[in-house]
Amino acid sequence: MKVTLTVWRQPGPTATGKFETYEVDEVSEDMSFLELFDVLNDRLVGKGEEPVAFDHDCREGICGSCSMMINGRPHGPELGTATCQLHMRKFQDGAKITVEPWRAAAFPIVRDLVVDRSAFDRIVESGGYITAPTGSAPDGNLILIPKAVADSAMDAAQCIGCGACVAACPNGAANLFTAAKIMHLNLLPQGQPERWERVTNMVQTMERYFGSCTNHGECQTACPKEISIDFIALMNRDYIKAQFKQRRLASQRG
Amino acid sequence: MALDAKIPAGPIAHKWDNHKFDVKLVNPANKRRFKVIVVGTGLAGASAAASLAELGYQVEVHTFHDSPRRAHSIAAQGGINAAKNYRNDDDSVHRLFYDTVKGGDYRAREANVYRLAQVSVDIIDQCVAQGVPFAREYGGLLDNRSFGGAQVSRTFYARGQTGQQLLLGAYQALANQIQLGNVKLHNRSEMLDLVVKDGVAVGIVARNLMTGAITSHSAHAVVLATGGYGNVFYLSTNAKASNVTAAWRAHKRGAYMANPCFTQIHPTCIPASDEFQSKLTLMSESLRNDGRIWVPKEFGDERPPGQIPEEDRDYYLERRYPAFGNLVPRDVASRASKREVDAGRGVGPLKNGVYLDFADAIDRLGRHVIEERYGNLFQMYERITGEDPYVVPMRIYPAVHYTMGGLWVDYNLMSNVPGLYVLGEANFSDHGANRLGASALMQGLADGYFVLPATIGDYLAPQLGSQPVTTDDPVFAETQRSVEDTISRFLSIRGTRSVDWFHRELGKIVWDNCGMARSTESLEKAIAEIPALREEFWNDVRILGEGDTLNQSLEKAGRVADFLEFGELMCRDALHREESCGGHFRVEHQTEDGEALRNDDDFAYVAAWEYTGDHASPALHKEQLEFENVHLAQRSYK
Ligand SMILES: Cc1cc2nc3c(=O)[nH]c(=O)nc-3n(C[C@H](O)[C@H](O)[C@H](O)COP(=O)(O)OP(=O)(O)OC[C@H]3O[C@@H](n4cnc5c(N)ncnc54)[C@H](O)[C@@H]3O)c2cc1C
Ligand code: SF4
Ligand code: FES
Repeated sequence: MKVTLTVWRQPGPTATGKFETYEVDEVSEDMSFLELFDVLNDRLVGKGEEPVAFDHDCREGICGSCSMMINGRPHGPELGTATCQLHMRKFQDGAKITVEPWRAAAFPIVRDLVVDRSAFDRIVESGGYITAPTGSAPDGNLILIPKAVADSAMDAAQCIGCGACVAACPNGAANLFTAAKIMHLNLLPQGQPERWERVTNMVQTMERYFGSCTNHGECQTACPKEISIDFIALMNRDYIKAQFKQRRLASQRG
Repeated sequence: MALDAKIPAGPIAHKWDNHKFDVKLVNPANKRRFKVIVVGTGLAGASAAASLAELGYQVEVHTFHDSPRRAHSIAAQGGINAAKNYRNDDDSVHRLFYDTVKGGDYRAREANVYRLAQVSVDIIDQCVAQGVPFAREYGGLLDNRSFGGAQVSRTFYARGQTGQQLLLGAYQALANQIQLGNVKLHNRSEMLDLVVKDGVAVGIVARNLMTGAITSHSAHAVVLATGGYGNVFYLSTNAKASNVTAAWRAHKRGAYMANPCFTQIHPTCIPASDEFQSKLTLMSESLRNDGRIWVPKEFGDERPPGQIPEEDRDYYLERRYPAFGNLVPRDVASRASKREVDAGRGVGPLKNGVYLDFADAIDRLGRHVIEERYGNLFQMYERITGEDPYVVPMRIYPAVHYTMGGLWVDYNLMSNVPGLYVLGEANFSDHGANRLGASALMQGLADGYFVLPATIGDYLAPQLGSQPVTTDDPVFAETQRSVEDTISRFLSIRGTRSVDWFHRELGKIVWDNCGMARSTESLEKAIAEIPALREEFWNDVRILGEGDTLNQSLEKAGRVADFLEFGELMCRDALHREESCGGHFRVEHQTEDGEALRNDDDFAYVAAWEYTGDHASPALHKEQLEFENVHLAQRSYK
């Protein structure tokens, strides 16, 4: 098959970017979308043009590196699928495909389709952990966790940190990512001692970098792991409760 | 130089405890006077960096990924072993130790493996405390599953994403230490050389991948946790960026490379579909519990699988290994598939696979049971191939998956270069010639959470009061210059072929000649072809753009240049090892029925290679392996 790619090219973080159009023929329908870019790049290098920079690594939908906005949809047309798992058989012969980087104020463009998602790491650093220094743990089976609780925590923990939710959001909010991380830990018994501090710190750090959520729900549709926006509701509930708890603790101390 | 593995004296069950008592300690207040660089944030690196920082050391971390959480460990699916004996099925530290030594075909160091089995139980506890959502029973206790090569159920898992959840646990512990200011993180920072002064590791030179800036970093000790080298074969199940560069540059600065020819081929991967294939996808080993493997008996049988009647099918594993059937170990299953495909009985458009058929299991158990067990894998398969495995049998073929070889380390995980430690898949230590499923995650976390934090003090304590060699020292400038020169050289070649082209060519050479079956002839062929390809690379590779921006071709060029050197050593090692063991199968050394034939009299040693400046003549050092607790025997799965 043959496709026409319109790709965002930007040589550096401060350079101005523009769209370039490339015709790619002899595309096999068994190719993944990233293999299409491998072929494009090989041909560009052959012609003496610089290849398109894009992030990728595992190519199995788990590392969260790949991040292409395909025809206006983060990770493209197939639901629950990261860019690297998308295959060309999902496109028509002759398709015109526009590919852009994630667009969000908190994710500055590094080059072409590569963005800097470090703001996600800052959110996790602000509280997305359980303090459990190595060597101090009791036997794993001393902490009983009902299967349903472990399963819900796992539903949230599956987030791959790709940022599609932010790219999909008209406000560039990171609520789905942040909620997934917070609720993974806040649902578990081990996460209780730091629960209120965690949600307060992480939400505040999120707000420092990202836009605010106005409940569009685009994030859930874009998420390759189909993480539910119910986690955002749970996070909001915990956040409100935390304000109350923190105050009460403060007054008790005083 | 004589190789001293520093194995502690005493009975095997007491070696680790005695050793921890004997090593020198750094007192808590003094730990902050020591700086340690950790390269890599996979399971091994992230757990080590977090644990060292918790102890009080100043830690500096480098990863070429944009976030520590993206290390290749994230992709591990199946699970992690631990000798908890929660199932009451007679598991024990000794049994896990025994299974690992036997599974490794008796080419691992007993003392290390025993320690691994001992700390395996602490790993699970540690991960649970961090909030890793392991699968649970209805009563709230931890669940287990079974894995190949063992007769007990000792594998802990988090759905099909165990590696992801364990890595997130370690990453979160690391994030906590970053927040506290105990760890300084350099992301998108690639180590391009090790700095060695007077034979001692004193720091690294790294390139910032976003700006191209080359910088020097000094420390009292350097820890490499940089993963395996499976991508020397180009096509493998490893993440695309996994590479040998950090280990190889350390090798060229003096560290010995041990058993590089011990590579693992996983039997159940999706076969390549076309020449553009960029990597291979693993289908979990657990599928072999219910799937039956077969090929058509007739050559060139073009009928669709559903129309091939029972009597025209060859269930070759069940036929050749009636006792283990489809559940023989990885190396045995892989070679058997190769034999069928080589004989011309392969299936699929490229005739490069064998069938893994669930029809019988679906008849017997019902589709819903299969869906519950393997739903996500079936979905992944369908996404990639466009075929529905509930209706048409899967096509599978072996692919490179893991590398048992790596930098040589002693019992303390220190290489022969003082001050240089190597952890995780990057070292050679615990899996001998074949790794058992679910044991790599265990080893990475054992090394990082428990072993290194206990052993590094022994090296650091005597240095109390001494500052690390500063980056003003001429040795840093020299090393940095050599890195810069290599980069300028890459950019000045401006040849005609892309870096990927060279990588694919190298991959073909090593896969055909040093893959699942190796012979004197094939290895000599590879040893002749690799240097020629390497020369062509240095004359004809085309790397566009500049060094002072994000330049992914330049990044790849450095990695492929190192694979082009490393690949030759791997073949030389395979050629010198005149025996078959585990993943290393020399066609000259097999039993009458085609099974691997070890030579314990001559080859029960670790081959540690020293770089001499000439790729054609590396120097061999041997570490003799002593088996005092496990009786050497030929493996049989008939
Ligand atoms: C598909 C797949 C499934 C698997 N499933 C299982 C399983 O179920 N159970 C099991 O036990 N094992 C499994 N394994 C094996 C296991 O995942 C790996 O062996 C293990 O995760 C390796 O961990 P590591 O910490 O040593 O290295 P990695 O996770 O590979 O991390 C390497 C780190 O080093 C960094 N790095 C490398 N070079 C440089 C450099 N030059 N400069 C800076 N940074 C650098 C990288 O950025 C990365 O952070 C699987 C492997 C694959 C491929
Ligand atoms: S919530 Fe979904 S879309 Fe957002 S980062 Fe996580 S996996 Fe990606
Ligand atoms: S490349 Fe890893 S998720 Fe797509």
